[in-house]
Amino acid sequence: MQCKKLKERVSLLVVVLLLCSSTKAENNINATTHTEGGGGAPPSGFEIVTFNWHHVMSPYIISVWIMVASIAKMVFHMSSKLTTIIPESALLIFLGLLLGGVVWAADHVASYTMKPTLFFFYLLPQIILDAGYFMPNRLFFGNLGAILTYAVIGTVWNAAAVGLSLYGVYLTGLMGDLNVNGVLDFLLFGSLLAAVDPVAVIAVFEEVHVNDVLFIIVFGESLLNDGVTVVLYNVFDSFIAIGGVNVTGVDCVKGVVSFFVVALGGILIGIIFAFLLSYISRFTKRVQIIEPGFVFVISYLAYLTAEMLSLSAILSITFTGVCCQKYVRANLSEESATTVRYMMKLLASGSETIIFMLLGISAVDASIWEWNTAFILLTLLFIAVYRVIGVVTLTWILNRYRVVPLGFIDQVVMSYGGLRGAVAYGLVALLDETQVKEKKLFFSTTIIVIYFTVVLQGCTTKSLVTWLKVKRSEHRDPLISEKLHGRAFDHILSAIEDISGQIGHHYIRDKWENFDKKYISKLLMRKAALKSKDQILDVFHNLNIKDAITYIAEVITHHIEKYKNRVAWGSLAFIKTPSALQLVNVNFNSNKQSEVEAPTSSVLREDASAICLDMQAVELRRKSLRDCEDVYTHHLLQQYLYKPKKQQKYKYSRHKVTSNEDDAQEKEIFEKTMKRRLASFKSTKHGVSQSKKLAKHYKKDPSQKKRSDEMLSNGGQLVFHDPEFSDPEDPCEFDVISNGGSNFIFNVARQALADTCNGLDNPVFIPEEETVTRQALPPWATINDTVVLSQRARVQMPWSPNNFRRLMPLRLSSRSTDSFLLADIPVPEEHPLSFLPEGTAL
Amino acid sequence: MGAFHSRADDNYIRHLAKKTGFSVEQVEILHRRFKQLSRDEDTLQREHLYGIPDLECNPIRTQIVAAFFDKRNFDKDSPQGTVQEIGFEQFLTVMSHFRPLKLRMTEEQREQLRMEKLQFLFNMYDLDNDGKISLEEYRHVVYELLSQNPQIGNESAAIADAAMLEAARICMGQMEPDEVYEGITFQDFLKMWTGIDIETKMHVRFLKMDNTTLCK
Repeated sequence: MQCKKLKERVSLLVVVLLLCSSTKAENNINATTHTEGGGGAPPSGFEIVTFNWHHVMSPYIISVWIMVASIAKMVFHMSSKLTTIIPESALLIFLGLLLGGVVWAADHVASYTMKPTLFFFYLLPQIILDAGYFMPNRLFFGNLGAILTYAVIGTVWNAAAVGLSLYGVYLTGLMGDLNVNGVLDFLLFGSLLAAVDPVAVIAVFEEVHVNDVLFIIVFGESLLNDGVTVVLYNVFDSFIAIGGVNVTGVDCVKGVVSFFVVALGGILIGIIFAFLLSYISRFTKRVQIIEPGFVFVISYLAYLTAEMLSLSAILSITFTGVCCQKYVRANLSEESATTVRYMMKLLASGSETIIFMLLGISAVDASIWEWNTAFILLTLLFIAVYRVIGVVTLTWILNRYRVVPLGFIDQVVMSYGGLRGAVAYGLVALLDETQVKEKKLFFSTTIIVIYFTVVLQGCTTKSLVTWLKVKRSEHRDPLISEKLHGRAFDHILSAIEDISGQIGHHYIRDKWENFDKKYISKLLMRKAALKSKDQILDVFHNLNIKDAITYIAEVITHHIEKYKNRVAWGSLAFIKTPSALQLVNVNFNSNKQSEVEAPTSSVLREDASAICLDMQAVELRRKSLRDCEDVYTHHLLQQYLYKPKKQQKYKYSRHKVTSNEDDAQEKEIFEKTMKRRLASFKSTKHGVSQSKKLAKHYKKDPSQKKRSDEMLSNGGQLVFHDPEFSDPEDPCEFDVISNGGSNFIFNVARQALADTCNGLDNPVFIPEEETVTRQALPPWATINDTVVLSQRARVQMPWSPNNFRRLMPLRLSSRSTDSFLLADIPVPEEHPLSFLPEGTAL
Repeated sequence: MGAFHSRADDNYIRHLAKKTGFSVEQVEILHRRFKQLSRDEDTLQREHLYGIPDLECNPIRTQIVAAFFDKRNFDKDSPQGTVQEIGFEQFLTVMSHFRPLKLRMTEEQREQLRMEKLQFLFNMYDLDNDGKISLEEYRHVVYELLSQNPQIGNESAAIADAAMLEAARICMGQMEPDEVYEGITFQDFLKMWTGIDIETKMHVRFLKMDNTTLCK
């Protein structure tokens, strides 16, 4: 096993190396053809095949890079140990360094470096969009105050402190002679290094899984402070362009104003485009295939528009994602939503991979390096120190206002999480060397800072988090009760604020939600989507599906097990003819009582006698029939039953299945299980002790087998009302041979069907009164035209479903029978919950 | 309006602040609010609370208002039944369930607070005060909770049922065949809430600033 894995890895490595060498070869070809002067000699004649490298060069190289990066990522993840120790981003940087070295060794020119345009236009937007689109909005807005404080004040503080400190040290002469314009250069450098990088932070923190609040603060800060940094950078950049001496007080004021205009303008653009996107997505129903495209195109347009207006593009696309997510998710069809989700992740993680690799590659270029030990070391020191000071000070201020204060450990992680990344790189690469003379030094320092933070801090964050015992987030399926309580909670809290006359967080949220519900959602959401957007319903729906899946799995295994031991039920299923079943199904689906009643019952009536007769027959010669039955039942199950195979598939790709039939199945199954299990609650008031008693009585009485016809009728009746006793944990009772299939079933069945049909309009909803009245009546009392039971039957048989358990497969064999289960006649049920397998992930 | 003036009042307010954990300023502000709500009476009635316009669109306002008049939430001596009107002290006691955490608290205090908060919630669900949230009670609350959305409202019973089953599963594990889950007891309720730090969630920021004039 080990050996095999190793082999795999080695072979992959070889592939990667081959690829590298091939690109190298291509480069060489590229270089040679280039030197030869491109055009070459005119073709002497018709060439069958020509070698058009130049024709495809750039897309080809890009594709090869992407492939190399992807394969590298794949290789890293083959060893889970490697990625747990060293984060992927660091590994990619190393790989980039390696590849850069190869390229450098080949032609001594750094052919592939990350250009700022490439980064800002083609690599960054999708990462930011991904972050915005999957932003946990509630958490984000709940902590917006803290996030903004860190993002704005913290960033400005970092920029100013680092810049001014470096300038101070420069004045002492420790760094030697630098060719700088003065303090502005240092401030510019400080501002481009100030921002914590979202790409690096996501890359590291996503693997660490710290708790939600901590994550959202670090992450939100990193996202928003990019906007701030870019603004600061632009301000200082234009100051330098004006010339340090010429900057007046008015310019400074303008700088501050532009800071707010750029940031808020970017946000505004983002919101406008989010609105547009949501509104458009309302009408894309008929062009489902391109639906996902809108999300990307419009978000990208938001980014470009903001860039065009020299507003903060990063903030713009962030807010497009944040604001549109609710409506877009509700509007898009499930397939499109999945497509968007995957596409987004694909683009984001793809460009993240490329960014880190290019960061590595770009560093291998002798022409960009300029070393100044004091400057570089001091920068590293200042960045770390001021980050800590900033975080601690701001947290101290914030904690005076925060209801849930940030603890010491949180602060440590936040300080430590100050990773610098590609944004700083992009900005430093944008510097104009004619204006900023020390661009090379700044560039080298930035790269060192990025490597230092990403590699060193990235690698140690995880162990730090473990060591400090930071509260981790746990990923689990949301419980429906949790959601309900959460909902109740929101209302309670906002009510308390209303009553106590406070205008607080909950008050504002509540008002916003009402406003959203009343106006915005109505405008931006499809009518059909208004319903399904509800989270509770979502959880409920998921629950439904899981339930259906487990139910099926359960029933199948169970059914096979049982089949080996029992025959009676098998024979029942056996007797049913497919045509009859189909007929029943059709009728059932037609959903109208009058139509259903007659044919169903007549069909069943015919079958009934057959069942009765065959029952005896099978009893006598079951062994000979067994194999045949086995095959047939399986066939039957697959044909007419809840298509277990398909349902299983659902689990993995539920979004691909749209067929209504399946939905109906799912729903039906769910309702059924639900009802069955719910019987336990209903029965709490009465019937429980009774049934227990009777069950005991039943066990004691082996003569049950030879009960009269009246008894049988009662039994049949019970089967239909309470047929779900497929309890795997309860092997008893089965020695009692069924006497359930009977002539009387169908009177009951008809009644039950009538009930079902009544319920079908709204099958999930069980009116309270109905239940109550039903509870008061014993099952037979609700049936008008059934046989009159004997005195003895009434006394002895009323609550004894256990014996008919093996009739369960009758239900299995026909959908029509299933429908009877919907009959809401409460039957005491002793152990409905034991039906649930341990694994039912509710 | 209703501010405390005399020394006796001053002592009273200190007493209340100590008892409920609010600061003196907060007690004063809440007292003003109380007077505002009760139209300068000494006691507050349900109608007064129902009269708050902001509360109108709250789907579970009946339960919330009821919680203020539920003896379990403020009367330690006889935690039974409901009252028709409450005084300021009771009002404050109910409010104190929503106090935020203090910055420094021992584990025990936290646990205590958690219990109190959960008990308050539990009482809100347990309408008949039998120590169990039965399915009917649960359904009732869920129905009201979801009543704003007509489509979901229809499925509220099923949703409540699902939640109940979930509770049963969490609390009882695999049930014996003869067992019946009768309802969520407080112990079960605690179990369901493990992992959710309610003490950090169930709080309202009580400002030191008076903005009663802004609210109606």
